[in-house]
Amino acid sequence: MHLQLSPEDAAFRDEMREFFTTKVPQETRDAVAERRELTKEQFVDTQRILNAHGLAVPNWPVEWGGRDWSPLRRHIWHEEMQRASVPQPLPFNASMIGPVIAAFASEEMKQRFLPATANLDIWWSQGFSEPDAGSDLASLRTTAVRDGDEFVVNGQKTWTTLGQFGDWIFTLVRTDPEARKQRGISMLLIDMTSPGLTVRPIELIDGGHEVNEVWFEDVRVPAENLVGELNAGWDYAKFLLGNERVGVAPVGGTKRVVAQAKEWARETGQLDDPLLASRIAELENDLLALELTALRVVAHSADGKPHPASSVLKLRGTELQQAASELVVDLAGAASLASGAGDGATDLPWWTRRATPVYLNLRKASIYGGSNEIQRQIIAKTILGL
Amino acid sequence: MDFTYDEEQQALREAVRGLVGKAYADFENRRRAVAADPGYDEQLWARLAEMGLLGLPFSEEDGGMGAGPIEVGIVAEEIGRVVAPEPFLTSVVLAGGVVAAAGTAEQRAEVLGGVSSGESLLAFAHAEPGTRWTPAAASVTAAEQDGGWRLTGVKEPVLQGARADRLVVSAVLPGGGTGLFLCDGDAEGLTRDGYPTHDGGRAARVRFEATPVEPLGEAGLDRAADIARALDAARIAACAEAVGLMETALRTTTAYLTSRKQFGVTLNTFQALNFRAADMYVSLELAKSMALWATMVLAEGSPEEAAEAASRASLAVSRAGRHIGQEAIQLHGGIGVTAEYSVGTYTSRLTALDHLLGDGQHHLRLLAAAVGDHEEVDPLP
Repeated sequence: MHLQLSPEDAAFRDEMREFFTTKVPQETRDAVAERRELTKEQFVDTQRILNAHGLAVPNWPVEWGGRDWSPLRRHIWHEEMQRASVPQPLPFNASMIGPVIAAFASEEMKQRFLPATANLDIWWSQGFSEPDAGSDLASLRTTAVRDGDEFVVNGQKTWTTLGQFGDWIFTLVRTDPEARKQRGISMLLIDMTSPGLTVRPIELIDGGHEVNEVWFEDVRVPAENLVGELNAGWDYAKFLLGNERVGVAPVGGTKRVVAQAKEWARETGQLDDPLLASRIAELENDLLALELTALRVVAHSADGKPHPASSVLKLRGTELQQAASELVVDLAGAASLASGAGDGATDLPWWTRRATPVYLNLRKASIYGGSNEIQRQIIAKTILGL
Repeated sequence: MDFTYDEEQQALREAVRGLVGKAYADFENRRRAVAADPGYDEQLWARLAEMGLLGLPFSEEDGGMGAGPIEVGIVAEEIGRVVAPEPFLTSVVLAGGVVAAAGTAEQRAEVLGGVSSGESLLAFAHAEPGTRWTPAAASVTAAEQDGGWRLTGVKEPVLQGARADRLVVSAVLPGGGTGLFLCDGDAEGLTRDGYPTHDGGRAARVRFEATPVEPLGEAGLDRAADIARALDAARIAACAEAVGLMETALRTTTAYLTSRKQFGVTLNTFQALNFRAADMYVSLELAKSMALWATMVLAEGSPEEAAEAASRASLAVSRAGRHIGQEAIQLHGGIGVTAEYSVGTYTSRLTALDHLLGDGQHHLRLLAAAVGDHEEVDPLP
């Protein structure tokens, strides 16, 4: 056991810090720091900058742009990126479909999609959840029926985050209605400009347009767009969701919010309140425990499979993310009501106006990526043997 | 940052597990050991001495093994795992730690040599009625008289205070500040009233009435900083012991959930119970990370960094210990409250550790007072 970074890892950290704070446009980093919605261009430009320097998809296999870093270096990369308020590589590309294609798809499919996925030339959307298949994802009903060299897809997906920007969508579809529910599922890649595919926005409680419904009406998809084996989609989905759990603990981002919150508390004279100071101190301590656990758990992940304890990271990480957003609303006080005030029409600081929309929006965090109840189920079953 | 033990450390863990874990594998052995004075197994204590474990943290010149906080943490965790009643934490790590920090070379060799060989049992007489985990003495006073020193006042509770053949005592110096003294168990004017503690341990009221003592280290110096440092090291070892306790409390609980039947089915049929066990696991993993991290900070960081890490780990472990201890009993039902079944004793011991050197509230107060001093908490130095 030892604490200090090796000189090589310390140099690596300095290198990351230097890169993220100097190579990504300040305007984009300000937007992240100020918790504003980013434009598509800001996501794309950032990812291309990262990709040009080999920093977009370090967790991929080396031949496709991965870096073969130690778990510690991956952690440092991730933390320094969040610390500098750099938008993370689009998770649908970098953490979800990219690793699945790299692990399970044909060589042809890898060459066709992986470079474009790393560079965000293709913006991927996720087509997993359906109105009647949320936590019970395997009960999904969207069908793909083989017709010659094509599949014909019918059904509806939902909660498709940023689907309005999507070029392609990776979907789970039912290809064998007779089989036991997990066995009859395949993973299909679908061009979102295909005839019969419709994206409809869902407005959320924060007033934003972040998620969508995606409808498929006789959408014809070339059979070559099938990922891996027919009816093996559930295995790929489990692989993908396991990766999602690891990446989803937003330690660095939440630390930034708490650091900002302290500054706002100081500016508004609230940091002298011992009750508030104690609340912040406890939140900082909880975040430290989470960060250390992430470091400890990630070091024990083997064969690219997530450590079962990664459920702890998802569960606790989202709880603390939500707790930090709640703290900011409380700091804002009555000013948090002014969420609809434009810059020219208010005397209230921007952060007080953003506080509640962010808080409301982040209720999603304990629901997506396998709800926190699903994580408890995973812990109870796979770790505790209950 | 690396959380894994090297081969020697793993071997140490196996050796301690083989000895202590085996001795108390049957909870009945533990019950027997705490039923009669001294409240632990003296034969096992002697074997711990033979293995060098009672001198683990002390330098080789002082008769010890020259090991560090990581090794101490390994032993403490294994002790916690079987809720062993041997006073490793209070007599070796804490009382011995104070002597190591403040004693002269001669005192260290004599006192710590005796501790390491198991011939001497040490107690740190520091807490007083009314004090709450401060590094300073409050009402026990030291006076210089005829070229010697004498103490007056009451220390309580003093862990192993009745049994110890030698006491390390803190006292207010004539000119202010807190001095440290060695007091023989048979000194004149020393009255010791021993009693059991709720977790099966032993403590005492120790009354000094112009009791002659020997200054620890150079006479007349304020030793509060040494005391604080020894307390921090003991806090971090206590966190390691608590991790062992919590692991077993959780494992015992999950074993019970999968075997106990009600309504014709095992309890793990009920999701309400499984989810609570899952939350216990979350608490345990987070607290464990903090305890291991604090151990590394103690090994590699400055005293100031170690003090902060001790507070951070103590807060996390206090919260987790209460959560896991309370839920372990609740998920067992009535059997969990009985003395003959193990799990309640684990909760009792966790509660004792929580209040021995400063509870979560105490440490949160310290952290809250400093919350404006940093932008972020960085686990790396």
